[in-house]
Amino acid sequence: MRALLLRDLRLAFRAGGGFGLSLAFFLMVAVIVPLGVGPAPATLALIAAGVLWVGALLAALLSLDRIFALDYEDGSLDLLATSPLPLGGVVAMKALAHWLTTGLPLVAASPILAVLLNLPREGYVWLLVSLAIGTPALSIIGAFGASLTVGLKRGGLLLGLLVLPLYIPTLIFGAEVVKAGAAGAAIGTPLAALAAITAGAWAGLPLAAAMAIRANLR
Amino acid sequence: MSIWEYANPKKFMETSAMALPWAAGLSAALLGAGLFWGYFLTPDAAKFGSTVKIIYLHVPSAMMAISAWMMMLVASLIWLIRRHHVSALAAKAAAPIGLTFTLIGLVTGAIWGQPMWGTWWAWDPRLTSFLILTLFYFGYIALWQAIEDPDTAADLTAVLCIVGSVFAFLSRYAVLFWNQGLHQGASLSLDKQENVSDVYWFPLLVCIAGFVLLFVTLVLLRTRTEIRARRMAALLSRERLA
Repeated sequence: MRALLLRDLRLAFRAGGGFGLSLAFFLMVAVIVPLGVGPAPATLALIAAGVLWVGALLAALLSLDRIFALDYEDGSLDLLATSPLPLGGVVAMKALAHWLTTGLPLVAASPILAVLLNLPREGYVWLLVSLAIGTPALSIIGAFGASLTVGLKRGGLLLGLLVLPLYIPTLIFGAEVVKAGAAGAAIGTPLAALAAITAGAWAGLPLAAAMAIRANLR
Repeated sequence: MSIWEYANPKKFMETSAMALPWAAGLSAALLGAGLFWGYFLTPDAAKFGSTVKIIYLHVPSAMMAISAWMMMLVASLIWLIRRHHVSALAAKAAAPIGLTFTLIGLVTGAIWGQPMWGTWWAWDPRLTSFLILTLFYFGYIALWQAIEDPDTAADLTAVLCIVGSVFAFLSRYAVLFWNQGLHQGASLSLDKQENVSDVYWFPLLVCIAGFVLLFVTLVLLRTRTEIRARRMAALLSRERLA
């Protein structure tokens, strides 16, 4: 499983495209929103938490179809499915590689974008914490969505339709953590709920995704 | 005699052909009676005026929107566990009906909300979770349509339905946390002495029964259509091979 993780990481770094792309997209969202709603600092401070979380959501969505599509096309997904590794583990490793190459850089870059969006200073820590806890859930939920559409020729649009509703709870609790943190309110409940979603998603969804991949490879 | 007999499409077709006129007729009678009673024979409410009467469409369709998803969940589980094709086709048949009920619930709610709340739409927890349910219906139907192989499509949509149920449930509680409500509390709880005044309560019950039977009728009808379409596809492919 470690070999698989390293292989996916190497592919993501060397094949180009995927690694920097979602980060650049995240940056774009943060730049475009002030251009759209106007530069008033008070307005930006109000919406910063939500915009950054929505940006993270869309950036994750952008790179989802790469999780399985390439392996499906060249047949290595068949090999992985017939290998002695449990398919759920394969899915989990691929989602982990996706998180390390898209989610983690995004978490690291988020404070810089928070400056652009004038997030109140108290919110910085909670932005980092909520994204660090929440983005793994985005990766595994996205991997599940990708496993549903892997057999389709043009699954990209459908993938968005399937995955975005599944992202809603993560988004609500994640943005709530930042908002409450920035306002200096108690963040215990949304933070615990966010962590619970991540943990639950990583426990259950690899199995569901494995089922979907088997159905797709049949 | 067991319910699993209906896994046999022939048996299902025979029984549903007998049940269908009954369900359709009863549903029409109950809906006709309930709506007539509700619209013409009940007084206007003190606070709401005659707008209260939209309750006879709004509440039953909202209930059925959720019940339809539950039925799809059960049918999906049966397909995944016991591989009965009729079950998968019933889930497929129920989805657009559930979506329609959801939209009826949203639209009648908006029409009622405009004069009463002064707004067509508010980001109230109940309204929001219903909108999210609509999105889940859209995704489910789109996935059915996107995949060509019927068995693969049945498998994938069943998995999506199960995972989606969990996340729809989560969303329901997330939006409760996210915003305070404008919508009325539950008006149909079984553990309360009186919910709405009896004058509205009895015609509402008749309407709900009518909507349940309407849902049963439509699901049977659409499942029969799906089974016939499946048979036709099988005949056509056999002809091509011969």
